[in-house]
Amino acid sequence: MNTKLEIQDGAAAQEFIKGLWKENPVFVAVLGMCPALAVTNSGINGLAMGLATTFVLISSSVLVSLLRNAIPKQVRITAYIVIIATFVTVIDFLLAAFFPDIHKELGAFIALIVVNCLILGRQESFASKNSVGLAVMDAAGMSFGFTFALLCIGLIREVLGSGSIFGFGLFGEGFEPWIVMILPPGGFFALGFLLLGFNWYAQRKKAMA
Amino acid sequence: MSEQEPYMEEEQEPSSARLILTLGIAGFISGLILVSVYLYTKPIIEKNKAEALKAAIFEVLPNTSTYQALGLMEDGLQVLGEAEDAPEWVIYEGFNGEGERTGFALPGAEPGYQDIISALIGYDGSDERIIGFKVLESKETPGLGDKIYKDEAFQLNFKALGTDPNVAVVKKGEKSKDNEVEAITGATISSNAIGRLINGSLEQWKSPIRAYLIRVRDSSGTPQEPAATRSTADSPTTSTEGGGGHAQSNNHAL
Amino acid sequence: MNELIWIFISALLVNNFTLSLFLGLCPFLGVTQRLETAFRLGLANIFVMVITAIASYVLNTWVLIYAPYLRLISFIIVIASTVQFVEMAIKKLSPDLFKALGIFLPLITTNCAILGLALFSTNKGYGFMEGIVYALGAGGGVTLALVLLAGIREETKILNIPKIVEGTALNLIIAGIVSMAFMGFAGLFANAA
Repeated sequence: MNTKLEIQDGAAAQEFIKGLWKENPVFVAVLGMCPALAVTNSGINGLAMGLATTFVLISSSVLVSLLRNAIPKQVRITAYIVIIATFVTVIDFLLAAFFPDIHKELGAFIALIVVNCLILGRQESFASKNSVGLAVMDAAGMSFGFTFALLCIGLIREVLGSGSIFGFGLFGEGFEPWIVMILPPGGFFALGFLLLGFNWYAQRKKAMA
Repeated sequence: MSEQEPYMEEEQEPSSARLILTLGIAGFISGLILVSVYLYTKPIIEKNKAEALKAAIFEVLPNTSTYQALGLMEDGLQVLGEAEDAPEWVIYEGFNGEGERTGFALPGAEPGYQDIISALIGYDGSDERIIGFKVLESKETPGLGDKIYKDEAFQLNFKALGTDPNVAVVKKGEKSKDNEVEAITGATISSNAIGRLINGSLEQWKSPIRAYLIRVRDSSGTPQEPAATRSTADSPTTSTEGGGGHAQSNNHAL
Repeated sequence: MNELIWIFISALLVNNFTLSLFLGLCPFLGVTQRLETAFRLGLANIFVMVITAIASYVLNTWVLIYAPYLRLISFIIVIASTVQFVEMAIKKLSPDLFKALGIFLPLITTNCAILGLALFSTNKGYGFMEGIVYALGAGGGVTLALVLLAGIREETKILNIPKIVEGTALNLIIAGIVSMAFMGFAGLFANAA
């Protein structure tokens, strides 16, 4: 009951901010792991995947929210999947047309945005129950949180694994890159240690209070 | 609760047709969006692909300014027209500004350290030498295996590489014959994979290219001539001669 | 034949779906509490993957050449409905098998490893046999990863672990170490050939 009241109070900004930090889809809810780890071997790839997901999440939230009274309960999941898959195909084609390099780099993982549980989850738990305005705020917050997380993981892996930020060299010749960080294990380690940091922070805060 | 159940029933009954209708409308809208985006982006995507291919061919065949696709048919290599369905095996023949042949670009693929490495090989058919090499796709280990396309010294191996009887990979600094490639220190498996890739591709293409060169030379005096006219009037002649096969085109020239 | 063996080994070990492509991570992190469950989940995965390989091959060969823009939608819908259909069939024909795999089947259908399999094998241009071998390798790889992680996690339960490491963070770090071990398989086939 309480949450419903809060939403009706029209705290749209709150819907936005919660996705960024308090309910961050990657760091807190641990959703959408597959793209979060598979393509984040550099900052730019993480950013690109994050933005592609943002496009899909916001567009499908708008559509689902608009149609929320027209879609019967029994077929809602199928309808959501059709809507999401449509927008994923659209972004896939657009990237291939205008950013062929990024498209090649991300490969089949663009299509795999369809099965990112974050997107279906937001449709089911938020967009299908709220007005378009709130749904957009929620989707934007969640997807910026997701993009932010991917960018963090990507940058950590790029700095340690290639010694650069967005392709610009950082440390000069003397730095021996930790190649393992841009390989698959590095994805697990980067997120694992980030979560470790979050846990530590949360516990310290609790201890202080 | 007991009040809610009949209500649920009531909502479920009429919705059966509505379910199909809703999904039908959803499918229709998504189809509409998809087809329009597809039609809009298709020419751009195809242009991108063609440009990437062109760039790769120009890189492995120095001084090239135009190229044409050759398909391996039952009766040897044939020039492919624009509209034709490409056969499974295709190579590219490059020409410079004067219409002289600069060589052939051959595709090749081979399992490397991590996954399949695919590459384009620049091959001079008359000298039977490799004159260029470009890795198109590979997932070799960054910092080690990826030197097959990042290491300048390794690339120098493919500026003028003999192919008789095939290409051999040797340790760095031990190159003594012109058909030897110096491996990258610390990435022997990737280097060997490149050697196998080149040999596999040559095994397939060497003799069709030989036959093709003989046929082209015999059918039209100098090797330059077909190149200059190829894109316009020459292609019908080539295909009719090709229909008769190798032996017949020889007779024709005599 | 050699080609098929390479496809199998590559999908099973060298390019393991879970440990090097990060596909199917949700069950990897969520369900791998017990060895027994992990093993069954893995088997169900292999099963669904083989069906997917067949379905995606059929779609790709006879439908999608006319409408490439329907690729993603048709894969998802066809896979989901095929699996549901097969699930009903198993329930009727072999209750034992259903009991072993049953609850996992709907769970797996929306798993990214399944769609990943369909996408990767059609991207690579695999034929019918190659597709099935690829599915067996990929499914076996997922099973292997699930079982390995579940085994390690069962051990960690009896250990005294600092509180901040518990949960997902620990699982990810364990997965990272196992993934590093799997990197040792790289070059396996290239050397032998």
